[in-house]
Amino acid sequence: MTPVVVFRNVSRHFGNVRAVDDVSLEIGDGEFFSLLGPSGSGKTTCLRLIAGFDVPTSGEIELHGTPANRLPPFERDVNTVFQDYALFPHMTVGENIAYGPSIRRVPRDERERRVAEMLDLVRLPGVADRRPSQLSGGQRQRVALARALINRPRLLLLDEPLGALDLKLRQQMQIELKGIQERLGITFVYVTHDQEEALAMSDRLAVFRSGRIDQVGTPAGVYENPATAFVADFVGISNLVHGPDAQAIAGSPAPFTIRPEKIRMLETDAAPGPGDLAAEGTIQDVVYLGMHTRYRVTLTTGAVLTVVAQNRDAAAGDVHALRGRPVRLAWPRDQARPVEDRR
Amino acid sequence: MRRRPIASFLFLHPRLTLALLILPPLLWIGVVYLGSIGTLVVQSLFRLDDFTGMVVREFTFETWRRFFTGANLDIVRRTVAMAACVTLAAVALAFPVAYYMARCATARLRAFLMLAVLLPLWSSYLVRVYAWKLILAKEGVVSWVFDRAGLAGILDGVLDLPLIGGPSLSVSWIGTFLAFTYVWLPYMILPIEAALEKVPESLLEASSDLGARPRETFRRVVLPLAFPGIVAGSIFTFSLTLGDFVVPGVLGNSSLFIGQAVLAHQGTAGNIPLAAAFTVVPMAIMGVYLLAARRAGAFEAL
Repeated sequence: MTPVVVFRNVSRHFGNVRAVDDVSLEIGDGEFFSLLGPSGSGKTTCLRLIAGFDVPTSGEIELHGTPANRLPPFERDVNTVFQDYALFPHMTVGENIAYGPSIRRVPRDERERRVAEMLDLVRLPGVADRRPSQLSGGQRQRVALARALINRPRLLLLDEPLGALDLKLRQQMQIELKGIQERLGITFVYVTHDQEEALAMSDRLAVFRSGRIDQVGTPAGVYENPATAFVADFVGISNLVHGPDAQAIAGSPAPFTIRPEKIRMLETDAAPGPGDLAAEGTIQDVVYLGMHTRYRVTLTTGAVLTVVAQNRDAAAGDVHALRGRPVRLAWPRDQARPVEDRR
Repeated sequence: MRRRPIASFLFLHPRLTLALLILPPLLWIGVVYLGSIGTLVVQSLFRLDDFTGMVVREFTFETWRRFFTGANLDIVRRTVAMAACVTLAAVALAFPVAYYMARCATARLRAFLMLAVLLPLWSSYLVRVYAWKLILAKEGVVSWVFDRAGLAGILDGVLDLPLIGGPSLSVSWIGTFLAFTYVWLPYMILPIEAALEKVPESLLEASSDLGARPRETFRRVVLPLAFPGIVAGSIFTFSLTLGDFVVPGVLGNSSLFIGQAVLAHQGTAGNIPLAAAFTVVPMAIMGVYLLAARRAGAFEAL
């Protein structure tokens, strides 16, 4: 099947700034694909290149198998949900949603039927006659989604659509967005800086760093097997061990990362399992977080590792009494992932 | 601790503080602005005794009856037509400039253009109007350019046109129109620029994203959102033209505009009631204009 979006060595430079730098990418049909990265990493510029708001400096973009480098936005079968929603303030909610069909000269009753259908889809019936200014942030978000979906695009772009919503609403919308995407079966390209959101929603994701993609993969693949120290650090929490510390623990100076929850904390005299890597240290900090407890352990080599332990048993009294206690850390050798240390 | 009895008292009585702050400007607006308008309306209900030349201070519609006669209505019609033409021309000239300033120019260029628009307003408007007289005069630079370019025939043809033509541009309604459009243009550029500046780029992108060509985006998004600015600007250009007596006095033929009629009646003729009636007319026209603009939805996106 032809991919919906193809980037071949695409760059977009603004003067000396390489907002997007030699990015190659393929997004398949029906995928929920996230562009994840810190602000200024080029993910939004990539989205704008797909939408047609911006033109690449070099490289090639294909949409649905046809070259699209210089195709204007109004000739692309792509719709966008904007970060600031971009609802037209001089139109009612109904007129906003009907904008696409009215441009396409869809007859009035057909238009109204589809607007009602869309308002049902985003679970916002009965607001067609209101103004966007009379709606809450969450409701505007849904209107923006309805307006983008009414044209039945094959590809929907979402630019940090949940950024302005509070946590509870955001989690609810994540589930709804995913549900809508699965029901309609269209491709979603989703820009976010929230790694949890990207892990929770995506089929695949691309991790951006300063205009380049560090890694593309499934959420579990990226989390369990980060390609670079940056990915390990940006997606979830991670410990990066390198140089003399790596030499002391693993017998090689090659850098590796180890996730905090993969580390077991043992008494100093307990033997690590066969084939485990182990290190001695002292508990420096304890943070009790309800579901789990986070420790910071200073190793004898000087490195500091974060360890997370589930609170499976009732909390053992004063967790802070653990501070200063010597411990042994152990983890399976294959959980220590070698990474490229380019930060 | 130092006691501040007055500050404490005002802090504890916020309504009183507000009243004290707002009273002087309220009095100023009430007496100087609204009061004088009220006086005007009342004046127009007095009449001039033709025999004594004195104002008779008793209520009558005599002045208004005299106002609604052929020559006076011609003045009103002429002035309103001129104001409408000037306003349309100002919109046509101002919109591209304002659009460029608000949406295309860099911050530096925008500041420069803003200065260029405002700078003429800092110099005397009389000087600029008289400058136009020189530019448009028979031996002025415009006819010189037409002469040199071998296009004198075109200029003569335009001047031969009935109604708007005349012996030279400086004594024709074309001249009046040009000078009006010139002096009021900044008042049109500024509010349109302000309105366009408030339109986020993402709205235009959203329109294009939803399938609208640039022309449709302009018609359905840019223009409606700029409309309050256009209305605000047209209030300036329209009402300033309705009340002005300098431009048609310096440039134009001898037929009167409202401003000149007011000047003549309250000055040499001493007919204060008729002058007042002439002054009420622009206010009434602007009132109707604003109501129409509101019905057209000019203020909905504010």
